[in-house]
Amino acid sequence: MSTNNGETINVTVKVWRQDGPSDKGHFETYEQPVTTDASFLEMLDLLNESLNEQGGEPIVFESDCREGICGTCGVMINGRAHGPQKATATCQLHMREFKDGDEIVVEPFRAAGFPVIRDLAVDRSPLDRIIEAGGYISVNTGAASDANLTPVPKDAADKAFDAAACIGCGACVAACPNSAAQLFTSAKIGHLALLPQGQAERWSRTENMVEVMEEFFGSCTNHGECHEACPKEISLDFIAFMNRDYVKAKVKNRALSGQA
Amino acid sequence: MAQTTNERYRANPVRSKKRSWPFPLNIYQTAVGRKWVMALTGIGLIGFVVAHMVGNLHVYEGPARMHEYAESLRTLAGGIVPKGFILWLLRLGLILMFGLHLHSAITLRNFSGQSSNSATLVGGAKKYAGGRDHIAANYASRTMRWTGPIIALFLFYHLADLTWGWWLGDDFVPGDPYHNVSQSLASIPVAILYIVANIALALHIFHGAWSMFQSLGVNNPKYNHLRRGLATALAGIILVGNLSFPIFTQTGLINEDNRKCPASDVNVLECLAEQAEGH
Amino acid sequence: MNEITLDSKVPEGPISDKWENHKFSMNLVNPNNKRKFEIIVVGTGLAGASAAASLGELGYRVKAFTYHDTPRRAHSIAAQGGINGAKNYTNDGDSVHRLFYDTVKGGDFRSREANVHRLAEVSANIIDQATAQGVPFARDYGGLLDNRSFGGAQVSRTFYARGQTGQQLLIGAYSALMRQVGAGSVELHTRSELLDVVTKDGQACGIVVRDLLSGEVTSHSAHAVVLATGGYGNVYFLSTNAMMCNVTAAWRAHRKGAFFANPCYTQIHPTCIPASDDFQSKLTLMSESLRNDGRIWVPNNEGESRSAAEIPESERDYYLERKYPAFGNLVPRDVASRNAKTVVDEGRGVGPLANGVYLDFSAAIERDGLDTISAKYGNLFDMYQRITGENPYQTPMRIYPAIHYTMGGLWVDYHLMTTVPGLYSIGESNFSDHGANRLGASALMQGLADGYFVLPYTIGDGLAGRLGEPVVPTSDPVFTEAVAAIESDTQRWLATNGTKSVDYYHRELGRIVWDNIGMERNKAGLEQTLSDIPALREDFLKNVRVPGSANTLNQSLEKAGRVDDFFELAELMARDALTRDESCGGHFRVEYQTPEGEAQRDDENFAHVAAWEWNGRGNAQTRHREELTFDNVALSQRSYK
Repeated sequence: MSTNNGETINVTVKVWRQDGPSDKGHFETYEQPVTTDASFLEMLDLLNESLNEQGGEPIVFESDCREGICGTCGVMINGRAHGPQKATATCQLHMREFKDGDEIVVEPFRAAGFPVIRDLAVDRSPLDRIIEAGGYISVNTGAASDANLTPVPKDAADKAFDAAACIGCGACVAACPNSAAQLFTSAKIGHLALLPQGQAERWSRTENMVEVMEEFFGSCTNHGECHEACPKEISLDFIAFMNRDYVKAKVKNRALSGQA
Repeated sequence: MAQTTNERYRANPVRSKKRSWPFPLNIYQTAVGRKWVMALTGIGLIGFVVAHMVGNLHVYEGPARMHEYAESLRTLAGGIVPKGFILWLLRLGLILMFGLHLHSAITLRNFSGQSSNSATLVGGAKKYAGGRDHIAANYASRTMRWTGPIIALFLFYHLADLTWGWWLGDDFVPGDPYHNVSQSLASIPVAILYIVANIALALHIFHGAWSMFQSLGVNNPKYNHLRRGLATALAGIILVGNLSFPIFTQTGLINEDNRKCPASDVNVLECLAEQAEGH
Repeated sequence: MNEITLDSKVPEGPISDKWENHKFSMNLVNPNNKRKFEIIVVGTGLAGASAAASLGELGYRVKAFTYHDTPRRAHSIAAQGGINGAKNYTNDGDSVHRLFYDTVKGGDFRSREANVHRLAEVSANIIDQATAQGVPFARDYGGLLDNRSFGGAQVSRTFYARGQTGQQLLIGAYSALMRQVGAGSVELHTRSELLDVVTKDGQACGIVVRDLLSGEVTSHSAHAVVLATGGYGNVYFLSTNAMMCNVTAAWRAHRKGAFFANPCYTQIHPTCIPASDDFQSKLTLMSESLRNDGRIWVPNNEGESRSAAEIPESERDYYLERKYPAFGNLVPRDVASRNAKTVVDEGRGVGPLANGVYLDFSAAIERDGLDTISAKYGNLFDMYQRITGENPYQTPMRIYPAIHYTMGGLWVDYHLMTTVPGLYSIGESNFSDHGANRLGASALMQGLADGYFVLPYTIGDGLAGRLGEPVVPTSDPVFTEAVAAIESDTQRWLATNGTKSVDYYHRELGRIVWDNIGMERNKAGLEQTLSDIPALREDFLKNVRVPGSANTLNQSLEKAGRVDDFFELAELMARDALTRDESCGGHFRVEYQTPEGEAQRDDENFAHVAAWEWNGRGNAQTRHREELTFDNVALSQRSYK
């Protein structure tokens, strides 16, 4: 009746332990047997369970939905954000991607804009700041007109969705050699700039969001690592789109183009 | 700004926003704008590199044609403006572009360095203990920060070598580029230096010519797939053209065995001019 | 026993005019006076974010709290299917009244008609609002919004954004909230978990929260407190809820006097991926649309050891098609779920742990071709393969039901106010609109209806008479005592120093609740549960080990308090299920079923809401009733034969 091959493997887990933001931090190495059907985070759950039994403190890592959509989870696994599987958030990664005897190095997402809180948990609040700076369409509750009053070409709506699929996990920043947040920011700018509803604030939004982004994150050198790390495979095209809109925003006569 | 009582836990900006410079300088204040400047100057510099390479192909037509070409650069728009005026304008433009390209590169590198400073920094780049499989970044993109300085140092060498004649000394003949080139590149170490530097240049252009489309936001799914090909072709042509000079000098294709106007002659320039006219 | 009359404050008049008339008759707060009122919103999912944003826009001074690092993580994000809206864009005869009718009937006649009608009325506004915010709903080639039918509805009224409707709606509400945060009208407190609701003279006056990073316990006062803290599905340990979902906020409000209504109404989703081992952390839901093309079956024989491909057609039992020829594999959620449980309990389950049933696409692939099936379900198949390592194009999927939504919650009146004046509850955390069973694509609708279009009106009515009244200072003994109590609780957890982890007890509790208050309940099992749970809890309090300290990020400590509340809730669920001597919607008592095995309602004795009043620790809660009347929808019995 068994249709899957839930074999048990032994892995060596080298985990970053850091007591708090000011602690220096270090790696600890643990051995953990686990079935290949378990998810990567369940492997960490098991490890925590045994740490608890031995009187140790469990490893702090964040996760919530464990369905790859909330963006809470995210660690570096063997130097890759969210681990080896493409288009997969950490919580959806399963142990069948690993072999018996593998050493797995687990580290927090790193960037100056993502200070470590404890162990593998980092503070990604700068991403909220970027949204706060303009990642919205200003429409008060009740002020909306009928939804079908403004047709949106299907291609534009689909493309906007591709950008809106971003889960805000921060893997793009972690994977970027420059710690740039271009993919995250451009996904939001692209999402809103592609829709007719987003036109009124298009230029001020782009300008404000980019400038807040630059207070926290590095400069994009077009490596493309972010796209590879992105669990939603958001396209680099949005970065180009944002770059163009940003310079346009700086130059444009907004009053006479009817836009803010 | 929003008031948040747990502000103390929200990550602090890595850098604070500076007072805005007047337009259009404010564009250069931001990293996105600076990348834009880097891309534009990159285009200008690539244009120079291509023109320089194509112009230098005159070397295969012999010393007289080479002299004529060099002279034609000095007499651009001749008669309307003093001799050499336009050339100096072009040179100033190049210096400006080169300066901006360099300045933006250095400052953006620092900018990114600051943004990674809490990370484990090894050799100035962000590293993870788990190693880094570069999945998308290629050799050219990762080495921009090395090929750039190599090119800058080479440029200085190249100017000193063939414009100012520092190393050729008495053997340097201003106005006879054919002679100078064949003399300089005849030395094996110099030829190797030129080859290495031009490989660096080609790598730099290979990433730069692709990257500038991104930085400028020139993006259209209809022709995006051509961008990589264009960058490869551009880098390839420049590489082949520029490498031909040291290689052919070494193999003897460029030599002074059959010159009609000996470089040691005092009147070499007049001789070359006459020869070119009679061509 | 029912000395307290629960006043639902439903306005008079015909059902379709109630809300319209009521909006006029409610008291208003002058725009300039709104800034004199402080409102606390706890939870920033669909309901909380939309409420906090709307209240901020109106000019109230809002404080929003979430235990996440950012509002965008709330579990509303995981909703896949869509959101209903009575727009009738498809011209197939939908209307406010039809959505109202479907919802009341779908709720098995255990919801309040007036609330449901209001929900249906504002449903269309939600679609407008979300679209204006830039939510990229699916569109047809003319650029207009596309609809699909969902959850057995006979009209196409579900708006969707691929399989990520919840995510897109939440990001819309989140962006509206962040706009207000940027504007300074909403003060956002992230990583702050509510640990107590504070009342003074019977009126809600604030909350006490723990900063999850520093462990600091702080008080916040306000004129009104809104709980938008979601459902309690995680009492089952294994559910499709997110890891952090909990009942703590609602429960602590309950302990401060808010009645808890219908806790036994929980919804099971039939198409989830079965657990693969004992330490499975959560279950993953897959869209119900899979049942449109998949055939559900189990082997005829108990303890079958052959693989699916080796079992000949003649030895397969397509039990839904056999028992329900008319609806077949498309019977409602509860029917599909119960039948899966029956066959698995018979020992005919499939998979390594014999805990699932097959959902087989081979017939559909043969009929429509691989490409068609892949176009329809490709992303779901990929997700399944990522999780199980099996290729559903080649071997049948294995599915099993799991808890994914809870209809019960804090009792609220028509104003969405709990029995504690000044304390409101919106979204999944209240009990109001879904009765005993929620229809597909209605959870998103209710959360946003409450947050955008209901609460911002009704809260003003409550505040209007209190102009000039200062908030209770946080130095007041009601706050300092609450803080002290929490701090001593924390010390107690850390000092217990037992041997087993919090997760161990949570898992054990979940097992009891799932076995006895899950898909099927019976009297003996529920009575047993009422003694098993307190016994386990006693063990928990004695032998749990909560490592670490109080003043850092300490996930074990967070969980300890949540699991403790789950213990109390589980007991109440059992009691509620035991006293409801009927079957309805998600509550199926085996003693009460029709000869065909359907839920047998007892409208004469149980057409009411059971709202439980807290009587202090160690005492059973008191059951109160709110009678339900059905003037607009005739009571009827469901049948899917």
